[in-house]
Amino acid sequence: MSTFQMTSGTEKSDTIPMLKLGTFLLMLPLLLWLFLLIILPHLDLLTVSLREKLGYREYAFSLQNYIEFFTEPLYWNTFVRTAVMSIVATMITLVIGFPVSYYIAKVIKGKKRNLLFMMCLIPFWVSELVRTFGWMILLRESGVISSFLQWAGLVDGPVELLYSDATLMVGLVYTSMLFMVVPLVSVLDTLDDSLIEAGYDLGGSTYSILREIVIPHAMPGIASGCIVVFMLTLGNYLTPTLLGGKDSLWFTEQIYNQFITRFNWESGSAFGFLLLFLSSAIVFVGLKLSRQTLADTVK
Amino acid sequence: MIPSLPQSKFSTRLYAAYITLFFIYLAAPLVVVGVFAFNDSLFPSMPWNGVTFDWFIGTEAPRLGVFNDGQLLESIGYSGFIAICVTLLSVFVGTCNAFLFERHTFPGKNVLYIFALMPLVIPGVILGISILIFTNSIANGVEDSFGLDLDFLRPGLFIVIMGQFAFVTTITTLVISARLRKFDTSLEEAALNLGATKWEAVKTITLPFLKPAMIGAGIVCFLMSFENFNTTLMLVGSDSPLTITMFDRLKQGSTPALNAVSLILMVVSGVLALISVFVQRDKKVPDSE
Repeated sequence: MSTFQMTSGTEKSDTIPMLKLGTFLLMLPLLLWLFLLIILPHLDLLTVSLREKLGYREYAFSLQNYIEFFTEPLYWNTFVRTAVMSIVATMITLVIGFPVSYYIAKVIKGKKRNLLFMMCLIPFWVSELVRTFGWMILLRESGVISSFLQWAGLVDGPVELLYSDATLMVGLVYTSMLFMVVPLVSVLDTLDDSLIEAGYDLGGSTYSILREIVIPHAMPGIASGCIVVFMLTLGNYLTPTLLGGKDSLWFTEQIYNQFITRFNWESGSAFGFLLLFLSSAIVFVGLKLSRQTLADTVK
Repeated sequence: MIPSLPQSKFSTRLYAAYITLFFIYLAAPLVVVGVFAFNDSLFPSMPWNGVTFDWFIGTEAPRLGVFNDGQLLESIGYSGFIAICVTLLSVFVGTCNAFLFERHTFPGKNVLYIFALMPLVIPGVILGISILIFTNSIANGVEDSFGLDLDFLRPGLFIVIMGQFAFVTTITTLVISARLRKFDTSLEEAALNLGATKWEAVKTITLPFLKPAMIGAGIVCFLMSFENFNTTLMLVGSDSPLTITMFDRLKQGSTPALNAVSLILMVVSGVLALISVFVQRDKKVPDSE
């Protein structure tokens, strides 16, 4: 996408001559935005993570914050746990979302299709806080599901369904579902029905058609969906804080604690940088494996 | 697999049942939040005690309704102010960026384009802390060298606006660029031939063409800003926007007034979302996203 866009840009500026000064003025907001709010803050984050506090506004270069991270099992375990849970959540989102996307793209047609697709988008327009609040009302001890189970006679007393890893998964999958369904629907839309029919005529079973035709075709969508979902899950703060249990620490919570509760900005920055590194590394590997570019993913 | 192929009734029904279950899963939390806004109980939980409107219009604690809850109203005001600032700034910068990337050539263009996409892959919490550190460094530096206390660079509304603007601008840039790419430049050339200046041509022809994308992107920005939590959490000072206030109350345990706010929020964002879809629908230019 980006290369195509660059060439078309060149052609246009040949036909309409522009002043160099004009280009510069137009570039100014972009440069201010990128340098003041993206590049310099992240360089500063790196600098702060590489220093040690000696006294009031007195610092020295040190790897202490990173050493602390690797030697303190609590931090290290939380980091690994967050990564593993995010991968699991991404997988579950894919497995649940794929049949839904296939249904929307291939099985159902016309107005109903548009309606179903819009319904998938609705939760995205609602604040994450409200969605999580909804799950809390459903799952808490005095919540809707607990009451329903008691009414149905399946359990004797109130059951606490909140504050466990399973609850956390439900919330995480819910929050990221949209980002899986949208790319999957758009990639499955481009699959020609006649290919599926051909597979069927040649004697393919449902399973072999899925494996040989549908999934290979949907691969770019699967890749971009997974990358986005993974990133969002990794950086999530609300869902783990509100739905997870006391021992289900999330790495963003560690960062928050270092910054706001303990006021240890140096080690908080180191944690932040590690999370950023993990997130970028996984995105990079995902893009390489699926042979896509960042520009394709955001399309 | 697809409707044109023969299938057993059983598998079709099973598939339909799965889809139904999925949409129940999708709708359940939102419906529950909305319904419990009307529960006549001090807590947003079972049992159901009948319908009340106290959580909207109640005047006295503990039955204080949203419309009389000063703290909630104030935080809605802050959120609105932040969202309007973020929207105006990011639509302006996004439009500049669209013209820059679509119409101009300059060295380092590809690198800058990648950087402009970066905010999408930076987790919100990290963006928040990096901006917090950076503004704090500047404020400390200025204080040490000039003895000036730049209060606006300390946690508060200004840096919340900056933090949200930092990532929302990527969205406006992408949406407005996509629309500008579909513009037929010969229209602008015609205006230039007829004696218009470059700026007049852009103002009377190109900008009106971009208007649907600008409005659509603006609405998306407004919603993203209003509902942002992660970045805001790190940058917020004593003036809490709505999401932060709601989060604090949620942790403490709250009355169904919180459900009432949520319901209002859902209705308003639903309406705005519909408007943004409607505005960007354009018969001549299909697929304008």
